[in-house]
Amino acid sequence: MRTLHLGIIWACLLCTTASALAQPESELDALRAELAQMRADYESRIAQLEERLDAAEQKAAEQQTSQVAPQTTPPTDPWQPDPASNHTTSSSTGLANPDLGVIFQGRVWSYDNDPDDYQIPGFPLAGEAGPAPEGISLGETEINISANVDDKFTAWLTAPLHIHDGEAAIEIEEAWVETLAMSAGLSLRMGRFYSNIGYLNDKHSHNWDFADQPLPYQAFLGNQHLDDGLRLRWQAPTELYLELGAEITRGERYPAGGASHSGFGSYTLRARTGGDMGYSHSWQAGISYLQADADDRAVGHGHEESDHADEDADHEDNPLLFTGQSDLVMMEFVWKWAPNGNSKQRNFVFQSEYLWRNEDGNYYMADGSGLPYNTDQQGWYLQAVYQPFPRWRFGVRYDQLSSDYPGDDFVDTPLMPAADDPRRYSIMADWSNSEFSRLRLQYTLDQAGLEDDNQLGLQYIFSIGAHGAHSF
Amino acid sequence: MKKVLFVIILLLAPLLAEADLNIFACEPEWAALADELGGDMVKTNSATNALQDPHYVQARPSLISQVRRADLIICSGAQLEIGWLPMLLQKGNNREVLPGTNGFLEASQYVKRLDVAVNTDRSQGDVHPQGNPHIQTNPHNIRLVADEMSKRMALLDADNSETYQQRLQDFQQRWNNAITGWEQRGAALQGKRVIAHHKSWIYLEDWLGLEEVATLEAVSGVPPTANHLASLLDRFADSNDADFIIRAPFQSEKPSVWLSERTGIPALLLPLTVGGTDEATDLFKLFDNILDRLLNAEG
Repeated sequence: MRTLHLGIIWACLLCTTASALAQPESELDALRAELAQMRADYESRIAQLEERLDAAEQKAAEQQTSQVAPQTTPPTDPWQPDPASNHTTSSSTGLANPDLGVIFQGRVWSYDNDPDDYQIPGFPLAGEAGPAPEGISLGETEINISANVDDKFTAWLTAPLHIHDGEAAIEIEEAWVETLAMSAGLSLRMGRFYSNIGYLNDKHSHNWDFADQPLPYQAFLGNQHLDDGLRLRWQAPTELYLELGAEITRGERYPAGGASHSGFGSYTLRARTGGDMGYSHSWQAGISYLQADADDRAVGHGHEESDHADEDADHEDNPLLFTGQSDLVMMEFVWKWAPNGNSKQRNFVFQSEYLWRNEDGNYYMADGSGLPYNTDQQGWYLQAVYQPFPRWRFGVRYDQLSSDYPGDDFVDTPLMPAADDPRRYSIMADWSNSEFSRLRLQYTLDQAGLEDDNQLGLQYIFSIGAHGAHSF
Repeated sequence: MKKVLFVIILLLAPLLAEADLNIFACEPEWAALADELGGDMVKTNSATNALQDPHYVQARPSLISQVRRADLIICSGAQLEIGWLPMLLQKGNNREVLPGTNGFLEASQYVKRLDVAVNTDRSQGDVHPQGNPHIQTNPHNIRLVADEMSKRMALLDADNSETYQQRLQDFQQRWNNAITGWEQRGAALQGKRVIAHHKSWIYLEDWLGLEEVATLEAVSGVPPTANHLASLLDRFADSNDADFIIRAPFQSEKPSVWLSERTGIPALLLPLTVGGTDEATDLFKLFDNILDRLLNAEG
């Protein structure tokens, strides 16, 4: 403030001096005296102003402290939090309520054979099983919304966007509510959800280690078993992890069908255990059982996207309907290794599942005749995925199916297995820039379809919004 | 089915009646603090160890069974455990330790959070909008969390509340003395310039008055890239441009060693939590060791 004023004064002084150079000596003296007077005046006035300013500031400060003083107890701890700035939100996976996340997936596949004609002899495919469309196509675009309802319930919605007959359609894939506050380690889930059988069944496609599901999941579960129902889950209070679960579902979706028993058509039972060995190893093993009743269950349209209208019509003309019971037993084993448990740098995952099923009932042929069918089938896979350094993972997988002979009646039907067991060999490499992005290259030698097939695919998976869970 | 479960529960009921307070700590520093404050009245488990990046943990079976049996869960919070803690809580089926109950303690709620972002976008990497969660590198934060932790222990185990109070007072006295010592030694570090692998150290920097001049990660959470390291080499061409390059034990040593060899700036491994180095065996020795390592590098 003061320097500014002095500056102005000096600037004026310079101007006047310059103009005064031409003036006689006496006038110059008078001007000098006048200027000196002005300067003294200004300085004293500035000093007065400064005094008043100081006084005003002090007064304001006093008022402020007298207002704040009763609220905080002096002296305050300088490291303590500002009460307004810290919120408690750790229960939720993000700031927004509810959490919103979107998964983007896309792919390019090339095949030797036409994937539209793909079928595995002896194992008519259902649901979303079968190869992805040839060429460029959008994978599942999935919207996830979740939040705690209140202190006792949490809710989850997965709504994928699909292309059906060239038009976008929104679907309800999962929509469930689960209890948070039941006692004794119990929880109840209700709604539509992926069944908790097996290791892979309830994993969403963006969490798979390969671009597709192993053969037994495709053949026995239509990729993934999903239905409307109730699940009761119990967590044992023991040192060793032990989880038991039971589900009862409507029985509408493959391998069930027709919602028999007045809409209580199928149920599952499951037991799972696991643990650690030191810091670097952990494992999980489980066994599960699915009993599904099928009432006029249609199979044989094994294509992921049903945007081939003419083809659907084919199957409507020639449905393969099954009525009977499907029993499925699944055994899972997963072993994970990461030095000191620090999986971000380096890790290895081995996983394997074995599935056995029996279907007992009648197949109804196109001409309306019923053929009794009682056949045991099996399938299994082994896979290993290694991350040698951050961001890169490499995996190998072998999957295969086998079937008993269903009977002479089934010769020349899709239910008659080929002489050689269906099998595939796959390798993949993926790169993840962050937790939220992944690009994957996969090659599969398919010896499961009618003819051997070389399949090469490129896939992307991106997620925005809510932070996905690091499930085991 | 329900009947079977009921019978199993009855059979297991005696196992549930444990005298100890079962404590599930997400990170080793909170397990160590719980041991200080609870002594043999508590049984602690840490979900992660000092050689693990606490963000990249999976909801393993063993952790689910620990959450199931826990009386008190203590985690740094501020989204550090966002990838796995919500899932553990959901699978653990233990209503006594849900957020909002006395059995759930989010440590970062009781300290002054730094780097609280007003507007975040993941192009900036895996940033935590609720502030930097690595609060344990300032001993004053440990002190503040200790008050709350002891309070919770006393609430959950009322029979021993006086003992918890005594242990807290004893701990705080020893801790405050230790802080005085560390601050005297640390005065020499005031104003030193730090290149950090990841933004894991801002509370330490804030406490000791260090200045973070760069991070090896160009984008938080994404491993250092060759391009970014090359640009750092341009910026810090000789040993006078910064004083330390620091990293935690679970971070790859390659980027810091690479930069150190070319610039002459010393690369240091600092324990981010208890167990991070052979010397950092408890909370006191953790800070002793951090200061030792910084001062030794200083020469």
